[in-house]
Amino acid sequence: MSDSVPNEVSVNINGAEVRAKAGEMLIAAADRAGVHIPRFCYHERMSSVGMCRMCLVDVDTGRGPMLQPSCMVPVAEGMSVDTQSEDTKRAQEGILEFLLVNHPLDCPVCDKGGECPLQDQTMAYGPGESRFVEEKRHYEKPIPISDLVHLDRERCILCDRCTRFADEIAGDPLIHFTERGNSTQVLTFPDEPFSSYFSGNTVQICPVGALTAAPYRFKARPWDLDQVESTCTTCSMGCRTAVQSSRNELVRYLGVDIESVNHGWLCDKGRFNFEATNSEERLTVPLIRDPNDERQLLGSDWGSALANAAEAILDAGSDGIGIIGGSRLTNEDAYAWSKLARSIIRTDNLDAQLGDGLPAELVHSLPPATIADACEADTVLVVGPDLKEELAILHLRLRGAATKGHTKVVEINAAPSGCEPYVERAIRCGSGEAAKYLGEILNSDDDLATRLREGSVVAVVGRSSMAESDHSSIAVAALIRDELPHATFLTALRRGNVRGALDMGLAPGVLPGRTAIDNPSSALDDIWGYTPSMKGLDTTGMLQAAAEGKIRTLVLLGADPLSDFPDRNLAAEAIQRAETVISLDNFLTASSAQADIILPTTAYGEQGGTTTNLEGRISRLTQKITPPGSVRDDWMIATELAWRLGGDLNLTSKEQIWREIEQVAPSHAGVTVERIMSEEAREGILVQESSVEYIFPSVQEPPIADGYGLRLISGRKLWDASTTTSMSPSLRPLAEAPVLKVHPTDLQRLGILSGSDVRVISTRSTENLKAVADESLERGTALLPFNQPGFGANRFIDATAAVNDIRIETL
Amino acid sequence: MSFFSDENTRLAEEIIKRYPKARSAMIPLLHLAQEQEGWVTEAAMAEIAELVGTSSAEVLGTCSFYEMFKREPVGKYLINICTTMSCALMGAADLMQHAEKALGVKSGGTTEDGMFTLEGAECQAACTEAPCLQVNYRHRYRVTADEFDAMLAELSTPDPGVPEHGVLSQIRQHIPEKNTVGALPPEEVNAPPVWLNTEEDQS
Ligand code: SF4
Ligand code: SF4
Ligand code: FES
Repeated sequence: MSDSVPNEVSVNINGAEVRAKAGEMLIAAADRAGVHIPRFCYHERMSSVGMCRMCLVDVDTGRGPMLQPSCMVPVAEGMSVDTQSEDTKRAQEGILEFLLVNHPLDCPVCDKGGECPLQDQTMAYGPGESRFVEEKRHYEKPIPISDLVHLDRERCILCDRCTRFADEIAGDPLIHFTERGNSTQVLTFPDEPFSSYFSGNTVQICPVGALTAAPYRFKARPWDLDQVESTCTTCSMGCRTAVQSSRNELVRYLGVDIESVNHGWLCDKGRFNFEATNSEERLTVPLIRDPNDERQLLGSDWGSALANAAEAILDAGSDGIGIIGGSRLTNEDAYAWSKLARSIIRTDNLDAQLGDGLPAELVHSLPPATIADACEADTVLVVGPDLKEELAILHLRLRGAATKGHTKVVEINAAPSGCEPYVERAIRCGSGEAAKYLGEILNSDDDLATRLREGSVVAVVGRSSMAESDHSSIAVAALIRDELPHATFLTALRRGNVRGALDMGLAPGVLPGRTAIDNPSSALDDIWGYTPSMKGLDTTGMLQAAAEGKIRTLVLLGADPLSDFPDRNLAAEAIQRAETVISLDNFLTASSAQADIILPTTAYGEQGGTTTNLEGRISRLTQKITPPGSVRDDWMIATELAWRLGGDLNLTSKEQIWREIEQVAPSHAGVTVERIMSEEAREGILVQESSVEYIFPSVQEPPIADGYGLRLISGRKLWDASTTTSMSPSLRPLAEAPVLKVHPTDLQRLGILSGSDVRVISTRSTENLKAVADESLERGTALLPFNQPGFGANRFIDATAAVNDIRIETL
Repeated sequence: MSFFSDENTRLAEEIIKRYPKARSAMIPLLHLAQEQEGWVTEAAMAEIAELVGTSSAEVLGTCSFYEMFKREPVGKYLINICTTMSCALMGAADLMQHAEKALGVKSGGTTEDGMFTLEGAECQAACTEAPCLQVNYRHRYRVTADEFDAMLAELSTPDPGVPEHGVLSQIRQHIPEKNTVGALPPEEVNAPPVWLNTEEDQS
């Protein structure tokens, strides 16, 4: 073995020499060599358990061939394997005959029929006949084990995939094998459903039809489905998906295994919100406000709606207009709007973020990290939102890396988070004071300080609470830049393509390709012909200007400031005061319902193009279905408006738009349409260059809370009142009513019983809410989820304050 | 409301401390729960999950794997008649029939007064003494119908010398703190085992 490479062994599979990684399982080596060994329990993203025995093959390690489960046997030098021997075949037949002993074979009424590994492998490797004539096992079928997942125990072949996933990957061991022997069955604890944020994955990996998803049950047959690969844009993680439709209706998303992003997993929100695209509530024609009755919206044709919109824009003048939103758009749509705003409307008042993120210049200036970097870093420092709630699959990736010991996660947060079970250390800080706590650690002789200074660090930075201003995150970023110059960053921003929108210049002061407004690329100057030279207003600034009557026309690009902007009062005043509100949206949301002109746009699944995830990874979106009614892509609306404003964007298709982006956006140079269409793009094309610099402002520490107030902390939940969730009938009921959580001592001090309604008073509003004691909180703080059905915490929040305090009293 | 009594909560904490990983205490705690109630209730499983830091489903999975953890109430005395080969040859079926008649319940049932539960069982490793049975896992050998009746009568007296179902041992094991391994994973233990260090004890 003169050519031996360290960590590599050579095995013989069916007569061919195969190089394999030392220590890897035989089945994985065979997979890479293109030899398929049938299997049920083995899954490449989970540990091997050897439950099903379907993968038995003849293995000869010098003592003669012996049947061994290839998912449990590590490769060894000189091993000789026969996956097609007579013995192997007999074993496969025997295993399948056994597996079918209790299997009901109700394929004609089973959702899995047609894509079922048990069906397929029985056809390919089964004996064709069974000798079993006895009565089969019977169970009630199917039983719901959560709101989304049903379990048919008769069909289960006990492969341990779902239970292993729940324990090993999701960290929610809420389903488990119970009983023993012939009675073994997967079950939940009585009255404790499998309410994991990741439950849908078990349906996808179940090798039989034992687990079915409520939103898909009996909807379609696999052979009627048509499928494209796309990218989830529900949050900025950008998980790879397969989008399936039947008769022009989306019926299912599946996770696609991408090494750099989601490893095949999806969160349930991203998996099941296809229902929103199919929703009956979708807007299908333009609406304009009835001139005779302010409360009425009238259906309109595109011509007059666009003419009205153009008129309102012209009328307001470039300083009198504000464009809010855009992080729901594809890169191409965002680019078209950025170009329209800058070169034709000539304003820089535009912002894809809704006052709940970080300044675009800061995002662009931070040294970038990838998800993979984070999973291998000595330390991941999370100072931002609860990742389990807001970037669910990032949480899953970090959890996986931390539990395997590949990284150590340290979190600084004002309230407990879903990451706590796997973090090395959770440091509880006062709201808005994360930088102070981090500073104290860095200046201590704590081991952590040494590790942070000497080891690799990936910082996940974002706004953990909407009730504190961005100053606290800026201070954290500044401190890390100063003290840990080797650290790289992932920014945890809100909404799907927020990073792409910023890259396309949908933020004041930054132009496409991560360049500053005072330093445009020459190509951009040539093609656009005009760019404002002054930095415009961000969302808070625009809303303030609108509330003061300085901005007269507001354009909402798929944005709902009333629900999503931290300060509802300000958003309401702005929308009220603005003379014209133009909304481009899929639905009538709280904000779009108050607009004067509503232009219906295509939704996820109906548009092609590209999206960019939080790492700066560009991946393709594929159109699967034809949109309803006369809805249009956002970029088309931009070109139409340009034309009505007397200009021309010269944009003709998404592909042509991308070619222009590639020319004008320095960071995107070299990311050609051809590359995007290629196989390479399945992993996404990572773009990390940036020429933007950020000058950290000096920020002040938040004021000390007075003895009576409770400092409000408000982050988002996975199941909230966001549009796609509330428009998905299966998901809507999962969002819980809002409750205010307070430390029991604080409740006691005020003589309030946990679970009772209280009056909550802030400088902004007084409302009644249910208060519940929660010992995991710090004293003097109150936790309220940001946007639950029927109530948004933004009623209490003053966006201009560094932190927000509330008082509570008995009714 | 906690499931374990105050005394048992204290014991549970002591038991958990014996293991490097709290989860390892799951089975001892299930025994403790069964000892307290005579069977393992759902409340017990949920509380054990909390105590050892896992999910109730996982405790249910473990508990339901073992036949001897009862998840439904059983009588004060659990009578297991062996039905495996040697006993079967020596008249276990007759004995079972007699027991059913004497107790007025079918195998698997519990008498109305909650005194007895009757079960058939697999080999009890006393084949030379067939037919045999166990009362709360205490052997009785070569049991005849008459002896069975006499046994029932004896068990119905106030103090028959057989502890109630669930009681594992009448002598509570107590491991002094200094002898427990504590929350140290095995790979981090580098001193000799504490129990080898006897000098201190002698002094
Ligand atoms: S339900 Fe499906 S995934 Fe779970 S053990 Fe049964 S066959 Fe496997
Ligand atoms: S984590 Fe985000 S991108 Fe991934 S499936 Fe969920 S919502 Fe979609
Ligand atoms: S795949 Fe190897 S035992 Fe199941």
